[in-house]
Amino acid sequence: MAVELSEARAALANVSNEPGAAKPDPIVKGSNITRTFGGLKAVDVEHIEIQRGVITALIGPNGAGKTTLFNLLTGFDEPDEGDWAFNGKSLAKVPAYKVARRGMVRTFQLTKVLSKLTVIENMRLGATGQRGEKFFSAAFKSLWSSQEDANTVRADDLLARFKLDAKREDFAGSLSGGQRKLLEMARALMVDPELIMLDEPMAGVNPALKQSLLGHVKSLRDEGRTVLFVEHDMDMVRDISDWVIVMAQGQIVAEGTPQSVMADQRVIDAYLGAHHDTDITEIDVADLEAEADAELDAEAEENKS
Amino acid sequence: MDFGTIIDAAFSAALGPQAIVFALAAIGLNVHFGYTGLLNFGQAGFMSIAAFGLAVTVVTWDMPFWLGIVVGMIAAVVLALVLGIPTLRLRADYLAIVTIATSEILRLIFGAVEFKDTFGGSNGLNGFAGTYQRLNPYGDGVDLGIVSFSRNDLWSITVGWTLVAISSLLVFALMRSPWGRVLKSIREDEDAVRSLGKNVFAYKMQALVLGGVFGGIAGIFHILKQGSAVPTDFNTTFTFYAYAALLIGGAARVLGPVVGSMIFWFLIAGIGSFFSQATSGADPLLPEWLMTNTQASLIRFILLGLGLMLLMIFRPQGIFGDRREIAIDGR
Repeated sequence: MAVELSEARAALANVSNEPGAAKPDPIVKGSNITRTFGGLKAVDVEHIEIQRGVITALIGPNGAGKTTLFNLLTGFDEPDEGDWAFNGKSLAKVPAYKVARRGMVRTFQLTKVLSKLTVIENMRLGATGQRGEKFFSAAFKSLWSSQEDANTVRADDLLARFKLDAKREDFAGSLSGGQRKLLEMARALMVDPELIMLDEPMAGVNPALKQSLLGHVKSLRDEGRTVLFVEHDMDMVRDISDWVIVMAQGQIVAEGTPQSVMADQRVIDAYLGAHHDTDITEIDVADLEAEADAELDAEAEENKS
Repeated sequence: MDFGTIIDAAFSAALGPQAIVFALAAIGLNVHFGYTGLLNFGQAGFMSIAAFGLAVTVVTWDMPFWLGIVVGMIAAVVLALVLGIPTLRLRADYLAIVTIATSEILRLIFGAVEFKDTFGGSNGLNGFAGTYQRLNPYGDGVDLGIVSFSRNDLWSITVGWTLVAISSLLVFALMRSPWGRVLKSIREDEDAVRSLGKNVFAYKMQALVLGGVFGGIAGIFHILKQGSAVPTDFNTTFTFYAYAALLIGGAARVLGPVVGSMIFWFLIAGIGSFFSQATSGADPLLPEWLMTNTQASLIRFILLGLGLMLLMIFRPQGIFGDRREIAIDGR
């Protein structure tokens, strides 16, 4: 797995930094996707490709169309026009539940846990192909109990991994905001997706939990899944993403490795602001910039080696 | 004041055929509203279409009784499909509007003068319950002191409570299964369920059909126990009494609608009997200036409404509900 990962990352090294750049092994490929709300063109993506097996971050200012693009890709919203494919198969007009079944599962910006179900029931719901979910076999427990047990074992493993095992029998509605984020991520994993799409996984999460969430997101990649996430937290983006796509006003304005994107003038203008890397209390901006650049270079060196 | 009569009236109503009709209808609403979160305000429509499916088959078309039962049940299923296909993809409120309108449309069609030859006009149809009554094995009614039932009622409560038991068992078996889990999850958040690869529309449709079938059984049982199918029986009050029964017992609990319906009719009959006695006779308990005999029959509904309000304030989860589940609400 590690070899594959470094291969996938290495492959990105040769990808150009132009918006809509072609990737060597794209899992998602879309073109000319547009969505208008009234007179506003919320999404107008000429071309987008997501590399398989790496973590891709989608960043941009509020209202850039990141979440709308998420909704379009996963079938929760219909574009005015455009076509996109997952693993080479077109997803246009495919309903959201079928998109999920094909292995492209998303979470939500405002977490959607099922409050009045227990944590373990939330988890069990995620399992796919359940015999007991068919109406005519549901009433006969013997037809589905063994499968249910297997799903429960898998769910318990995931709960342990996300440190939610102590909350197993609690109602999901009693969890804290951060725990809900964890539960949602764990539940999405019950579907066993190839591509997991996280909509602002760090929003409203305290710094301590943030660290462990970062680890969880990395572990998703390490077990061979592709991750696409929307995030405003630049630390997270810098820390874990292998590739960054920047959106502004519905369009992709830049993409590249985190280091190159954050140095890109277009990105700085559209989103980060000139002093995105500096503490605003500091006065000597030039010094800090030089420092930050040095730091970035060092990091880049580190990543190369 | 004869307390024996009051108790007899209350218990006879709580165990009697009328309570069974509402228990069955409320079981259906429990599947819709309690488990799946579908706001069906037209349960009376499912009841009337199944009831008239049976009555029309037997009386108007002169076909066998059992075929009539089948026609009635199929009619309820078809109604669920017809209502569900356009509305289940929309927000929950649309189903509520469409169901209440449809149940009224059906009631008006069944009672319309223009269709008198088919549906019997406002008098409805009768003469279809012969087979049902001939199956009655009882020779005589019973009087157990606190409850008494006529021969016909005794047969009806035997059939009726058996139907309630079977329906409750079925709901229990379904709701502990992964299928039931999907329904409850849809009630909580449709999009979350969709994002996990479940076909939400299909599940809502299955729930709508299942609850509609319970409503159909309630409608058929209703016309069989009284031997006539009268359109005005199936007005919106029918649906809302069933909702009241469901909320008293506790939504999303298997026995909630059953116990709720029994309590509902126990109170309606008991309070009614009490006030009718308290205002009758030469020297009534409640003086004439306070309440007359004709007002007495209405006061029970006022008290019932008050009781429902207090229930919603102090025990919103109903008799069987889980307080913890309610406490989380509103996020």
